[in-house]
Amino acid sequence: MTVHQSISDETKPAYNYAYLDEQTKRMIRRALLKAVAVPGYQVPFGSREMPLARGWGTGGIQVTAAIIGPDDTLKVIDQGADDTTNAVSIRRFFERTADARTTEATDEATIIQTRHRIPEAPLKSGQIMVYQVPQPEPLRKLEPHEAETRKMHAWAEYGLMQVKLYENIARFGEVTTTYDYPVMVNGRYVMAPSPIPKFDNPKMQMSPALQLFGAGREKRIYAVPPHTSVRSLDFEDHPFRIQSWEQPCALCGAADSYLDEVVIDDQGGRMFVCSDSHHCETRRAEGHRGAMLADASALHLVEDKP
Amino acid sequence: MYVAVKGGEAAILATHDLVAEARRGDESVPELAVAQIREQMGLACARVMNEGSLYDPDLAALALKQAQGDAIEAAFLMRAYRTTLPRFGSSEPLDTAKMAIRRRVSATYKDLPGGQVLGPTYDYTHRLFDFALMDETAPAESQARPAAQSLDAFMPRVPDILGAEGLMEEEAPPEGDPRPFDLTREPVTFPADRDVRLQAMARGDEGFMLGLGYSVQRGFGNSHPFVGEVRVGEVAVEYVPEELGFAVDLGDLTLTECQMVNQFAGSKEVLPQFTRGYGLSFGHSERKAMSMSLVDRALKAREFGETATYPAQQDEFVLYHSDNVEAAGFVEHLKLPHYVDFQGELELIRRIRKEREQRLADQQDEALPEAAE
Repeated sequence: MTVHQSISDETKPAYNYAYLDEQTKRMIRRALLKAVAVPGYQVPFGSREMPLARGWGTGGIQVTAAIIGPDDTLKVIDQGADDTTNAVSIRRFFERTADARTTEATDEATIIQTRHRIPEAPLKSGQIMVYQVPQPEPLRKLEPHEAETRKMHAWAEYGLMQVKLYENIARFGEVTTTYDYPVMVNGRYVMAPSPIPKFDNPKMQMSPALQLFGAGREKRIYAVPPHTSVRSLDFEDHPFRIQSWEQPCALCGAADSYLDEVVIDDQGGRMFVCSDSHHCETRRAEGHRGAMLADASALHLVEDKP
Repeated sequence: MYVAVKGGEAAILATHDLVAEARRGDESVPELAVAQIREQMGLACARVMNEGSLYDPDLAALALKQAQGDAIEAAFLMRAYRTTLPRFGSSEPLDTAKMAIRRRVSATYKDLPGGQVLGPTYDYTHRLFDFALMDETAPAESQARPAAQSLDAFMPRVPDILGAEGLMEEEAPPEGDPRPFDLTREPVTFPADRDVRLQAMARGDEGFMLGLGYSVQRGFGNSHPFVGEVRVGEVAVEYVPEELGFAVDLGDLTLTECQMVNQFAGSKEVLPQFTRGYGLSFGHSERKAMSMSLVDRALKAREFGETATYPAQQDEFVLYHSDNVEAAGFVEHLKLPHYVDFQGELELIRRIRKEREQRLADQQDEALPEAAE
């Protein structure tokens, strides 16, 4: 076993490479192996106290810490963006504790830690998506007791979930779940895809990338290995539907990406922009121009990177 | 040899001396000044002001010093003092839209008029010890750089932005805008109205409110709302004295306000809409205001025709058990002598056992001859 001890000076206690001690990382890797072997199954693990609040991505951070090495390049996104506060904070954490090389470019990253989005650019074989999961249990809102939901998974008893979706359709004419939309993995386990918008669910299906999910507060790890089926639950006469917008991105003109609404004044003015900040920047660099790019530059909402 | 305890008075006086000694600790370490606590333990003072229902940072600091940092004991001191104060009137409603913003974040919109203002927050710190703080002789770097741009004087509240589009549950004061119920002067009855609920939660235990708020989010309550907005800052308190007839500025309060945007409720008559949960607390106390707004929404179950299945949806459960001064008193009263009650139980349990033994013995006596037959 190699121990990467980063001893800076003798007066300060030292932290281990990637913060966690080697025993803990080994425990997490074991849980990860089991999770990969049984796609969609929630493996309990001995989640540790991290120097960030539980519920702020400690599960994802622990998974990343367990798999990251000196050769990796890390990308961290929150709500799709590299520049949001939580993403910045987590990226700094790994720069500091794992001397990690970091990037904002999706295709350069070997590990992408995410909260709430899958990048718009297609993932490649060899890349690892690490999801920060707040609620790993897809049945939690239907059954609050853990002891019961474990049994329901064991018996593949997912009728309750189908009934809930059906009741949605009966009441509102469509399934009202917009994020964390339940999926069936490998035809066996119903899985919470973390609170990604259902827009991103199709990107999980047969993805060439390995997808790892860490829920720190709830102490669960689960995974979807590459090239595994991930089907969003639906009905034949009410097929699964993703979100769509009436206008393209106001900055880069993309018509096929997930958009965020930005309030620009208090007279009800709105602007819709890509939530994947790197995707949007790449498109702008390629010369795509949205309808409000000029206005946004004038308002300093967009920093044009060289 | 054991002698029945008499002369409790001397013993009690001795405990006071012991408390004083324990509170002071090692005398070679300098004594804490109340001003130090007020200035350097502001978050603890805010908690004591909330749970003590009295806005006074100096007294909160004194309470913490006297209580060795025990928040509930300190809140108790505040409440016991507060009850002795005369009430001379009610202020005008505070206008939090005119708050001098120190911090203001929204989780619903990426950007919005007035912008996101991070302000002082631990949110993005890594919880690694700053050992430099152990060195009291070195002057600490505590000078924040002023912002390049000044903040907007008026920042619309996020639920009002949604409200302008008609997507948010309307919040109108009750007819005639009556003065809110005062639960420190009148007994609470159930079902409790929203003014009573909000008041009880504002002074409720932070830990208890947090636990309840967490429960609705985690599975015992079916709610995972968005933070429409959390804002912290100073708000002016205005009062209209009868003899003057116009508003006089009494001073500023530091307040934390949270509005949660919850997923819609709708019915045949009501279009789907967002509903809100509200939290307001003294000082910088985001955890408290957020927990309160989660539970506020849960307690609106009745208004929205939802079944109240979980603890956080039941006003009686929440209101009766969130008051930590009352709860601590009743839990801790178990330390008081219960000699008389206990003697009664002791006598009963011995008598029942004796009678049972007697009965068994009688049965055996009757059974014996039969066995011999």
